[in-house]
Amino acid sequence: MTSAPIKIKETIADPRLQQAIYTATGRLMSHRAQAIQPALMPEYQELRTRAHEIKRHTIENLDYYLELLESKVTAHGGKVIFCRDAAEVADFVLGLAKERGAKLIVKSKSMTTEEIGLNERVERHQLEAVETDLGEYILQLAHQRPYHIVAPALHMTRYEVADIFTEKLGVKNEVVIENQTKIARSVLREKFLAADIGITGANFLVADSGAVLVVENEGNARLSSSAPKIHIAIAGIEKLIPRAQDLPLFLKLLGRSATGQAMTVYTSFLSGPRRSDEIDGPDEFYVVLLDNGRTKLLANADKRESLYCIRCGACLNHCPVYRKIGGHSYPWIYSGPIGKIITPQFHGVMQDPWLPFASSLCGACAEVCPVKIDIPKLLLQLRSEVVEAKTRGGTAGEERRGFRLFAWLMQRPKLFQFAGRMAARFGPRPAGGKWISKVPGLFNIEPVRNWLSQRDLPPPAPKSFHQLWKERKK
Amino acid sequence: MPSGRVSIFVTCIVDQLFPQVGLAMASVLERLGYRVDFPEAQTCCGQPAFNSGYRDEARAVALHFLKVFRDCEYIVVPSGSCTSMIAHHYAELFSEQAKPPALPVWEFSRFLTEVAGVEDVGARFDGVVTYHDSCHALRELHVKDGPRRLLAQVKGLTLREMDAAEECCGFGGTFSVKFPEVSGAMARTKIDSIQRTEAGTVVSIDSSCLMQLQGVISRAGLPIRTMHLAEVLASR
Repeated sequence: MTSAPIKIKETIADPRLQQAIYTATGRLMSHRAQAIQPALMPEYQELRTRAHEIKRHTIENLDYYLELLESKVTAHGGKVIFCRDAAEVADFVLGLAKERGAKLIVKSKSMTTEEIGLNERVERHQLEAVETDLGEYILQLAHQRPYHIVAPALHMTRYEVADIFTEKLGVKNEVVIENQTKIARSVLREKFLAADIGITGANFLVADSGAVLVVENEGNARLSSSAPKIHIAIAGIEKLIPRAQDLPLFLKLLGRSATGQAMTVYTSFLSGPRRSDEIDGPDEFYVVLLDNGRTKLLANADKRESLYCIRCGACLNHCPVYRKIGGHSYPWIYSGPIGKIITPQFHGVMQDPWLPFASSLCGACAEVCPVKIDIPKLLLQLRSEVVEAKTRGGTAGEERRGFRLFAWLMQRPKLFQFAGRMAARFGPRPAGGKWISKVPGLFNIEPVRNWLSQRDLPPPAPKSFHQLWKERKK
Repeated sequence: MPSGRVSIFVTCIVDQLFPQVGLAMASVLERLGYRVDFPEAQTCCGQPAFNSGYRDEARAVALHFLKVFRDCEYIVVPSGSCTSMIAHHYAELFSEQAKPPALPVWEFSRFLTEVAGVEDVGARFDGVVTYHDSCHALRELHVKDGPRRLLAQVKGLTLREMDAAEECCGFGGTFSVKFPEVSGAMARTKIDSIQRTEAGTVVSIDSSCLMQLQGVISRAGLPIRTMHLAEVLASR
């Protein structure tokens, strides 16, 4: 049926991990709820609608805004590089590093660079790339991928961090979070000062200003983009917004949706290299615009709203499935509900055909999405695509036969009643109206077995509503 | 005073597993002065196939439903999920040209509060209850206050909110058997929240959620029972 990863079961069976995920996401949920409460933000729903409309307009006119961005960045003395895939980004970074004799790259948090595995690609060529976001730094030391779009080390306790620091940095066991931060800072300060290239992501690309906007709380993105002589911002093409005047809207939504912050600690508006009359800033400024499959999504009118995502992570925090299975159960770095809709579109639905089905379709994700992506609708669409692909490939198997039978029976009311009554007569019926805990061999089929692995099953009613209604009318 | 005829769609799950819910719904409607009509050729709305990705099969069942319930003045359903399937998702099964006319389909509690315009149906139920918001009712039909207002008018009943009222019970149709560990873990989180209220009864407007919750309650031997809103409102 589905070959979901074993990681799902392991995560659910780990009480420590369950507690860590539940507490961290719960905290983010309540911070968000506080921040958007009607008393503080009566216009919240209206902002979502506007953000959705602006994103729709931008995505529908992406070619126009990409050109506008490029011309503005160029006018500021920067350079725009269009890259089709991960290899092209790596080639660009490696080529530039070679030309400039660069040895060390500092990086601030960027899901896009995680998406293309940039660190691994450049490290193969004797370049050192250091993550400078605290969570990302911890994960880099531990050789793990981000657990969450916004809070990458959400699953780790300070005791685990202490162990990682002791093992990798040779420091004494330190469990106080403030002191752990000091340890990381002392290592990273040296890296910032020595770095030749700084790489950041972008939360928004502002077309009319030729600017890269980065929000953060630690100051490491600001340092990454200003201390080294070269700044490279790497972003997916969907990160565009048309105008600087659209920013307040998106910034209001992003901080509140992600962490409940009205504003993040740092908001950097980066446009071009240092001008002659400026003290700070890089000598060179590059904006790398990554496709990596995004134009494929763009081509599909039904599903292109997946590209509206501003990566706030709210859908992860509010997803009851993410909160049980955690970020590492998903096949790609994009986890949670948004991961469930974009992963199949990037990789093809048959790479992880179980993924769109790993949802109760509760809709909590769509309810909190700041740009109103209809995630459940897209999941349903992707499910039907999986079924179509399996049918074409002849691998739909018993499930397909099961649903054919279901549809056939449900168009034959008398037969449906008869089948139901046969099940009631010959099926298991525990004494005293109790529910069923186990079933005899004949009924021991996979769905029943899976149901009973977790909970009891109601016995069919002695008389159906159809029968009772007839008796009642007499 | 309300009057007229309502047609009930009891849903396949109520028909075969929980028929008392359908009877309770009919008796509340009759008590309010409605003539209740039960189209006997009804089966299922098709949601199991639709949610599993089998759109052709779902469409076939939907067409049967549309045939059985054509020309009804009101269709009342004891389920938010099935109501949403009919009201919202049927449209996705057909092309623009073949779109069926919108049906006058109402989730039971919403029919009472909005069409019948009643909150006190003359029920009596002694005990503390907590209300579980079923996801499709809450997020696709925006049913939230109505069931609570109806419960508040039941004599002898104390409504005590749980902290995770809006969190999914983990049923999710075939999700419950495709990802049993996840589904079970979600249900147990919900049950923990219910237990913290110390309510003896958990009430919902969807029998499928209640089947999931009761299944876990039964397995754990907990002193909690599940009741559909219609059953509470039919109590006297």
